[in-house]
Amino acid sequence: MTNKIKIKIDGKEIITDQGKTIVEAAHENGIFIPTLCNFAGALPKGCCRMCTIKINNRFMTSCTTPAAHGMEVENNTNEINDFRKGIIELLFVSGNHFCPSCEKSGNCELQALAYRYQMMVPRFPYDFPMKSVDGSSPYIIKDQNRCILCKRCIKTIKDDLGRHYFAFKERGHKLEVLLDEKMGKEISSALAKKAMENCPVGSIIFKEVGFEVPIGQRKYDHKPIGSEIEN
Amino acid sequence: MKDRIIEIISKYNGDSTRLMDILHDIQAHAGYIDETTIAFLADKLTLSAAQIKETVSFYHFYSDKPLAKVNIYLNDSVTANMNGRKEVLKAFEDACGIKIGGVTTDGNIGLFSTSCIGMNDQEPAAIINDRVFTRLTAYRAKQIINALKQGQQVQELVVEECGDGNNALPIIDAMVYNNIRRKGALLSHDYPLFAVIKDILPKTSSEEITDIITESNIRGRGGAGFPTGLKWKFGSRAKGEHRIIICNADEGEPGTFKDRVLLTEYPEMVFEGMVTAGYAVGADIGLLYLRYEYKYLLVYLNGILENMRKNNFLGQSIAGIGDFDFDIRIQLGAGAYICGEESALIESLEGKRGEPRDKPPFPVEKGYLNLPTVVNNVETLATVVKIIKNGAAWYNQLGNKDSVGTKLLSISGDCRFPGIYEVEWGLKISDILAMCGANEVQAIQVGGPSGTLLGEKDFDRELSYSDLPTGGSMIVFNKNRDLLSEVVLNFINFFIEESCGTCSTCRNMPYVLRGKLLKVITGRGVKNDIEDMVNWANLLKVSRCGLGQTAANPIVSSIRNFRHLYDALVQKEIEYDSGFSLETSVLESCKAVRRQPLFHHNA
Repeated sequence: MTNKIKIKIDGKEIITDQGKTIVEAAHENGIFIPTLCNFAGALPKGCCRMCTIKINNRFMTSCTTPAAHGMEVENNTNEINDFRKGIIELLFVSGNHFCPSCEKSGNCELQALAYRYQMMVPRFPYDFPMKSVDGSSPYIIKDQNRCILCKRCIKTIKDDLGRHYFAFKERGHKLEVLLDEKMGKEISSALAKKAMENCPVGSIIFKEVGFEVPIGQRKYDHKPIGSEIEN
Repeated sequence: MKDRIIEIISKYNGDSTRLMDILHDIQAHAGYIDETTIAFLADKLTLSAAQIKETVSFYHFYSDKPLAKVNIYLNDSVTANMNGRKEVLKAFEDACGIKIGGVTTDGNIGLFSTSCIGMNDQEPAAIINDRVFTRLTAYRAKQIINALKQGQQVQELVVEECGDGNNALPIIDAMVYNNIRRKGALLSHDYPLFAVIKDILPKTSSEEITDIITESNIRGRGGAGFPTGLKWKFGSRAKGEHRIIICNADEGEPGTFKDRVLLTEYPEMVFEGMVTAGYAVGADIGLLYLRYEYKYLLVYLNGILENMRKNNFLGQSIAGIGDFDFDIRIQLGAGAYICGEESALIESLEGKRGEPRDKPPFPVEKGYLNLPTVVNNVETLATVVKIIKNGAAWYNQLGNKDSVGTKLLSISGDCRFPGIYEVEWGLKISDILAMCGANEVQAIQVGGPSGTLLGEKDFDRELSYSDLPTGGSMIVFNKNRDLLSEVVLNFINFFIEESCGTCSTCRNMPYVLRGKLLKVITGRGVKNDIEDMVNWANLLKVSRCGLGQTAANPIVSSIRNFRHLYDALVQKEIEYDSGFSLETSVLESCKAVRRQPLFHHNA
């Protein structure tokens, strides 16, 4: 039997289980907190900072912070929403995203969040960086142009021995997610598909099949992101 | 080669958390860490090659490409540049016939740039094959290259000049200067070696030791200022099979070099502080994380640890205390500023890329290998020994109400006497400037690039945790300096270079801000660009660690305190400028087709 605790999000009281993170507690209670790097079943690692909230005047990531009884959380405020929009814009200008022709268009969480936060033109100048595309695996195309370095593939795509198919390379502004050359060649088609599904954007593309579902009929083409959570 | 790698792996019991050491050993043996080695290593450690590369590529001093026989890492700190780095670099480049970042065709000499190496009081400096060369001049650079070309070894070149104090010991033999200018409670020579371990610990309970530290009101000396006694209390209460004491000797904040001097002249006191902390917290494992740039101290420090073991100041039943077992291992870093952040340091100790962890949980609950871990600064641990020796009341007399005790300042830049000054908290900036012989001061950077840039109107402020906290880095700039292009740009480049890159904010925002800053510096900025920089920088507040949160400080604090410098550079007559220059953009293609860019709007 788990302990029930109460927390407040933007003044609204919700009940959750001890040990749940704030984002879990919120989503169970029909309150949307946007996430990108968070992924069910994998350890949270606050990389994208999208789920930033404010507790006691301090910014925290709700995917990594456990809910504690009596906590008062600021979530849907102008200040925080502007930060979230800013993060989306930063991710757009630091890569090369070409939504209209992307295989993930309509299923892409970054694109969906950009719509939700009404990004028109990013406030930051586009960087147009030179990025590489790795097609050496028989099943996967790893495109650095569209990678937002959320770590979801790193955390979730492993072999039976626990070895990672994906890993970071370099640091800072040069950071990239690489597909291991040898393991990428040996990856199964099922795991490659899972890698693509786990990727929030179009950086991991499963080869040979494309646009199975036409653009316009995809997940976020019908309903905005978060609507599956909000009540 | 494979046999050698197997040997190295078994030296560390095939433990992948010792990857840092394994990579150091491989690089020492083979010169670099190539693809085949990485694949082989991955196989042996049950990791993917990509995972090994993750660690290799994160650290500045590991290389997956062949390096030269002699590798020169020329420091690129702001003080180095102020003291003539440009001329030194040119001399190196001319003498070698290569550009920075390159290796000579015969593979003999490589020339690279590196972030602050902790020699700010004796710049320009370089690390050449792990040995530090200080006070370089163009003449000296030429001489070094000529000597190397004639077949001299790097260590032979050091002989010509040697530093003071223990730097001159044959075991260190470094041309590094301590430049201790002012001694106080910590540095004064009333320290009988190991008296606390020998005489006090056996008679005092671990709770009493923690109480004395709590009552002394000492706070962490690395910069964050967490109360040390409280940290120890948390650490001692947390449950775990082992408890860990880590000494953070990864001082990487540009302009700080106090830990280097402590480790050179007072290493026994630092280690004794670690033993004391171990006793108080109930820890059995001690780790000192030494930044790679101080590798020249490694053999010397290990020798001191060996002596301590011989005298039962380390090992089992230390000083006859039946159940007190504690030993210390030194872990060498590999060049990453971010590893000064305690949880990034722990990740690095576990053989991974130095990426800060999310908190909670804090290291005192789950730190190194998920065990309760207390991380303290070198200076904090050394001070602990003096506090236990002289009592909490003695320590409380020093400093001011808000911030108790003394602080080591690493002062450099435009002053006559750069070096280490031990001062009591509460000292005014104007007194610090007078003390180090600084004249015609335009600005002082308090607390390194992640701190604040102060101008004359702030010179009567006092050092304290509540007003002006500092890890000790103080860089002085006189009125001839161009603060924006010489200082702020250098600092922001530093943050771009040293970000771990995990947070979307810190990975991208300093880079975006640099674009704006360059726009202003090159005269294409408009008033709105200044406002943009201030507003955009806010986004960094939601970064995970201190580095990310402070990465825009050089820009934000210089706009706050030196707004006139920005105003003077922006275009007054227009409100908008794209920052795009057609002339510059087509320069290269014009060169290729051999014609001059000519635009009608210029006519």
